[in-house]
Amino acid sequence: MSLTGERVRGGLGESARRPDGGPKVAGSFVFSSDLTADGMVWGSILRAPYPHARIRSIDIGPALALPGVHAVLTAADVPGDSSYGLEHADQPVFADDTVRYIGEAVAAVAADHPDTARRAARAIVVDYEELEPLVEAEAAITAEPIHPDGNVFAHLTIRHGDTTASGDVVVEGDYEVGMQDQAFMGPESGLAIPDGDGGVDLHMSTQWLHVDRDQVANCLGLPHDKVRMSLAGVGGAFGAREDVSMQVHLCLLALHTNRPVKMVFSREESFLGHVHRHPARMHYRHHADKDGRLVKVEARIVLDGGAYASTSRPVLVNACCFAAGPYAVPNALVEGWAVRTNNPPCGAMRGFGAVQACFAHEAQMDKLAAALDLDPVELRLRNAMKTGDRLVTGQVVTGAAPVEELIRTCSGWPLPAEDPEPDPMTLPGGAGRTADGSRLRRGVGFAVGFKNLMYSAGFDDYSTARVRLEGGVATVTCAAAEVGQGFVTLAEQIVREVLGVDEVILAPPGTADIGSAGSTSASRQTWMSGGAVERAALAVRDRRDAGEREPIEETYEYHHPPTSPLDENGQGNAHVSYVFAAHRAVVDVDLDLGLVRVVEVATSQDVGRVLNPLQVIGQVEGGIAQGVGLAVMEEIVMDRGVVRNASFTDYLIPTALDMPDVAIAALVEEPEPGAPFGAKGVGEPPTISSSAAVAAAIRAATGLALTRIPVRPQDIALAHRDSTKLA
Amino acid sequence: MTPSVAQPRSLDDAVEALRTAIDPTVLAGGTDLMVAINAGSRRPTSVVSLIRVPELQGWHRDGDEVVLGACLTYAEIERGELASLVPALAQAARTIGSPQIRNAATLGGNLGTASPAGDSLPVLAALDATVETIGPDGVRTLPVLEFVTGVKRTALRAQEIITAVRVPVLRGPQEFLKVGTRNAMVISVVMAALVIDLDGRSVRLGLGSVAPVPVRARDAEALAEGSVDWDTARIGDQTVFGRFGELAAESTAPIDDHRSTAAYRRHAVSVCARRALERALR
Repeated sequence: MSLTGERVRGGLGESARRPDGGPKVAGSFVFSSDLTADGMVWGSILRAPYPHARIRSIDIGPALALPGVHAVLTAADVPGDSSYGLEHADQPVFADDTVRYIGEAVAAVAADHPDTARRAARAIVVDYEELEPLVEAEAAITAEPIHPDGNVFAHLTIRHGDTTASGDVVVEGDYEVGMQDQAFMGPESGLAIPDGDGGVDLHMSTQWLHVDRDQVANCLGLPHDKVRMSLAGVGGAFGAREDVSMQVHLCLLALHTNRPVKMVFSREESFLGHVHRHPARMHYRHHADKDGRLVKVEARIVLDGGAYASTSRPVLVNACCFAAGPYAVPNALVEGWAVRTNNPPCGAMRGFGAVQACFAHEAQMDKLAAALDLDPVELRLRNAMKTGDRLVTGQVVTGAAPVEELIRTCSGWPLPAEDPEPDPMTLPGGAGRTADGSRLRRGVGFAVGFKNLMYSAGFDDYSTARVRLEGGVATVTCAAAEVGQGFVTLAEQIVREVLGVDEVILAPPGTADIGSAGSTSASRQTWMSGGAVERAALAVRDRRDAGEREPIEETYEYHHPPTSPLDENGQGNAHVSYVFAAHRAVVDVDLDLGLVRVVEVATSQDVGRVLNPLQVIGQVEGGIAQGVGLAVMEEIVMDRGVVRNASFTDYLIPTALDMPDVAIAALVEEPEPGAPFGAKGVGEPPTISSSAAVAAAIRAATGLALTRIPVRPQDIALAHRDSTKLA
Repeated sequence: MTPSVAQPRSLDDAVEALRTAIDPTVLAGGTDLMVAINAGSRRPTSVVSLIRVPELQGWHRDGDEVVLGACLTYAEIERGELASLVPALAQAARTIGSPQIRNAATLGGNLGTASPAGDSLPVLAALDATVETIGPDGVRTLPVLEFVTGVKRTALRAQEIITAVRVPVLRGPQEFLKVGTRNAMVISVVMAALVIDLDGRSVRLGLGSVAPVPVRARDAEALAEGSVDWDTARIGDQTVFGRFGELAAESTAPIDDHRSTAAYRRHAVSVCARRALERALR
């Protein structure tokens, strides 16, 4: 409450305006690609043209001979650790003797003009001996290792209950998910400035400043405090900025040239230069009794992690933990593999392993419903997880789990009416005007999904925030990366609410000023950094209310309750909290051309408490757009280790004509015990089951099995043609 | 190195600029060229921009034909009187890129690029359009199917440019269908352009993205022409439409690539050709 007794404006529960909203709309917001410094030179990276090759020799002479070139660096120039990685440092800064994926960095150049830098990179002569690429994930498990650390990033078995149990009804299926890209707007870019004293300041668009900083310092062979990282304006992330991309290269070049060095990836380089969502192949077998109660779920999940570890292990842990979906499952046997191949490295993307599993378990639930002659929604209701149920990891769900309410509200939302005279632009095929009304079929599909909030399995997850009150103005210092999600808005709202002040200033996030805030991922910043900001603000309020004079400053390090790793049977209290969502998709499908128009996606989401309604809606709509994309178009097309569509010409993401109407049937506000303000993160749930719902709707419209996403036009059209020929 | 850029203000100046420039690259709307330059895949030594040459702008009626300037933009094609004179071309224009792209991209540029997926090409093929060029050897006129010689290859000679495209104004329905994996802003996977000439009693089907160059489906056309009741402009035999699609598919030579498969393209051609004919003559 404010001192005047009136409720402060822009507090919690309001659609407070983003502090960076005006500049972003006006085009004056400074993104990382806009940075500049006096005396700046430009960096460029030479990338390998083969997915698997031995490097016989590298001749940098022709590059160095070009006028305007300041430095050409290779693996021999890395003074510290030769490799980096979020979990396991196995990704070389520069390929030394072996190239393991197409686009792997081989050398870096600094020059006085970006064009010169690119030309110099191309002038480097690399003698490669091409090797056979290992591109099949299943084969990688037993294949000759393509890296000294072996081909298996993680292998996990979950044994829950009686793994020999069997049900009256059994359904089985194979499922596949293609490689999705985060497709953020602003390609990777950054600026490294040497400090003249052996250290470096790095300005970068990233998701986790402190862990970037640690990896960079290790590779530079510097104490961590000699590398200072500041957040530069981020043009979207979705997981793709969790891993280091150009950070080490920029700093190496800056220290070698003793000049500020800037680098901006092209779109093609961006596609090659960051991790993607893991492609998955999954085999499932569901057992149920005659009443449709799940008896056992068996799953085997194989994730293609690509050439280097990144976050493959925790992505696999998630895929396995949530393999059975948000249902009460008494018995389960889940085996998961995350393996190394010569495909591009895969890592974090919105949904983090839960998305792939959800596509499979929800297809299985529909299959089971058909086998039982039950309504798919009714089957889900009979098995819906609730507070007190156990995950397949044996962990009891102690927090909010309003799965039944989500299913009821979402499935009960009125269906959109069929327009008797539709605008042709809104039919499948859109602007191409291919549709023939008599050959369109409408389908409705339903799916439910869940995942964990925050980091799991024993990771010491924390965030740090400082709040300073002076002259009636509160200043918040926190290293949480604002990647578009709106933490900047929320931090202001929290401080306004707690301290009752109108004016809140956010200090620029950087590693030099405060401890880690953890990563902007796992739907965790609202809880973790929101919690740190709240506690720091509360401590300031207590001192103010006790009559202490300003300035008053408090720093708080917020930790969530500890978790444990899974044991050898995949059992353990690995997670803190879960978040659930349900989606119902309505699609129109052109049976003959296989083109799809997603008409509407209705959703109900478990949010704990709505802290900013507009931001929640934004996350729901954006996440559904990404889910629709995965369902019908978004895929990095691989051909024997070669990326075939590294551009927005050919990596398709939904346009306004592809984006369905989003109907929010319910935001279920059941406060989460232990969560600051009772609020759950909202960023990931919209992507988890929306793809599965769209795929289910296409199945309903066509009667085809469609066990792979994205569903391609040929998957529908040719299968439909062949099925009608047989009939 | 920054290329030299000539911006001629007349056709004569443009011809002269092309004659004197070293290895000139022609720039019109820039929607292909600038992308290639920004991606680093093309680095021209000299550029001749045609966008300020008045003779290349706009369109005009010439008897039974319209003459479309090489720098006519898709935004100009997709609406207004021209759209009613050449409706298939207007519909093709509406499928191209975004409004911003259509404001810049030109018909001459689409022809000059000669991509197998060029959206105007199957329409121009169906219309039996002729391409007018000018260069050191003077003015030439070529049928569009002779102009496009291969994947991104044309009959343009060194220092020659497209000046205009001449298409007939025909009485009869026209259709254009484009299949892509997205509902807008997408490179075509298959295109079908159907033109009915009620006075000339001809049916013409142009196909795109299914061969290195735009294709005319002659066998399908012959079947349809033989089946039309020209007095009512209808096809009575309901088996003709499906057969028309099948014959259209047989006239293609599609490939597997990262956008689709040959099998799907062949199938989609049959569907689009059939639907186009049904819309026009059923």
